[in-house]
Amino acid sequence: MIELLVEHSLGFAQLQDGGRFGVRHLGITQGGALDWVAMQQANWLLGNAADATVIEVPLGGLQLRAQASGWLALTGADLDAKLDDLPLAPGQAFQLRHGQTLRFNSPKRGVRAYLATPGGFAADPVMGAVATVMREHLGGLHGNGRGLHNGDLLQGKASNAEPRTLPEGALWYPDDEVVLDLIPGAQIASFAGASLFAAFNQNWTLDQRADRMGMRLTGAALRYQGQALISEGIPLGSVQVPPDGQPIILMNDRQTIGGYPRLGAVTPLSLARLAQCAPGQKVRLRVVSQESARREMLNVISTLQAQGALPGLAHP
Amino acid sequence: MNLRIESAAIDSLMVRLFDQIDEANMPWLIAAAENLRAAFGAQLIDLVPSYTTLLLHYDLHALGEADAIALIHSSLHNLQPLTNETGTLHAIPVWYHQSVGPELTSIAQRAGLSPEQVIEQHCSRDYPVFTLGFAPGFAYMGLVDEALASARLATPRQRVPKGSVGIAERQTAIYPLTSPGGWNLIGRCPLTLFSADHGSLLQPGDRVRFVSIDHAEFIRLGGDDTAMEASA
Repeated sequence: MIELLVEHSLGFAQLQDGGRFGVRHLGITQGGALDWVAMQQANWLLGNAADATVIEVPLGGLQLRAQASGWLALTGADLDAKLDDLPLAPGQAFQLRHGQTLRFNSPKRGVRAYLATPGGFAADPVMGAVATVMREHLGGLHGNGRGLHNGDLLQGKASNAEPRTLPEGALWYPDDEVVLDLIPGAQIASFAGASLFAAFNQNWTLDQRADRMGMRLTGAALRYQGQALISEGIPLGSVQVPPDGQPIILMNDRQTIGGYPRLGAVTPLSLARLAQCAPGQKVRLRVVSQESARREMLNVISTLQAQGALPGLAHP
Repeated sequence: MNLRIESAAIDSLMVRLFDQIDEANMPWLIAAAENLRAAFGAQLIDLVPSYTTLLLHYDLHALGEADAIALIHSSLHNLQPLTNETGTLHAIPVWYHQSVGPELTSIAQRAGLSPEQVIEQHCSRDYPVFTLGFAPGFAYMGLVDEALASARLATPRQRVPKGSVGIAERQTAIYPLTSPGGWNLIGRCPLTLFSADHGSLLQPGDRVRFVSIDHAEFIRLGGDDTAMEASA
């Protein structure tokens, strides 16, 4: 079983899994890996359960040293990772030997890298999950919602891996323009007609204010014409529009209820892609039907589990 | 009650029952939550009740949207409100003081009352817990007397200490954890409202009566009296 000492961390790298469920009525958010596709791919590379506990590394600034050798798998963003001094490309399983270091520097492509180990990283689940939610002081290595800090010691839960290889091109990175699929709903009928046109026919820019709670888009302001809302539950991916007309896509650590009008919800697959987008990225919103989105999602999940890649790639 | 079911996400539906905040909604919402939990069983991932709605998150592997809608309709057919008073009445101690409740005097001034009268008003009624949200164990309660109603702060505080008791419009709440927040603060509660081991002290349908305590009692009950300025 691997043992990793956190030699350097900015505090944002954190343990994540599939998320915390069945407790949202207590005001507890779902958490979980933002790029759940990359998390599943990292686990797939080692033959793990799809949502075994991984390390989510946003942007870089993390250095780990092996105090006991073991297997790891790296997916998601290319954060200019180095195994000792050698470049380590994402998309592979590898061994880190006792004394070797793994360092994440800064983003070359994408934003969030995922690191898996056989059986997942060990931590006591809090309310059913290890998912770290800093705002709620829940989950993570010590159960208190803290990200990884210098001196933390991470341990894997198993030593045997069934290392696998991902097909060529299995990792997804943003192009110049990223399309996000949105299932319309909620208060979409109460937006001005011109605003609805603008919502789906302009390039939005991902703002600096983009984190695990929400990703803000900037562009021509959208105008809501309906009544003020009474706060209600907000599903993952909801696109809420506060009075300034700039939409916010609500992510895994969003608050459980809210009172801003919403256009609908971005699909989970598009959210995984959004998780790899940096501030300044151009994005477009595209309407999809609930039914076709669900069909695609079921296909994505089964293909990921079988081949570690998204459907289009697994069958070239 | 007027049942409407709206598409909310790939695996979530909004079950809308009412259009106004009203304490009379509570027995219906509690009954609806019970029926939905029973009907969906293991296919229910999360159910988030609020003032007038329930957000239902189901397992998309097991159910399509049409199946889920049909299941909601059948489980809420002939819904009867849960009339028995199942909720607990909590007496919640609060040390009302300017040092931990910086808006106590401004609310009093606006209302043309003394701070003592504001405290008396805030303690004078039982508040139902409408819903939990915003943060773990954060209970939305109300409604406070019209005179105490206060708009949220124009700029939310970065750090509201755990236990802070606040007012926003006619709602009142206690911050279970230190967090950012924009409510008007009038005092601090020494009790632990949420922990991962014990969950949330307050539950929807419960009732809360605030009880004014002095500084010595606040400390005896384990309260942290760090003033707002110092803790900011």
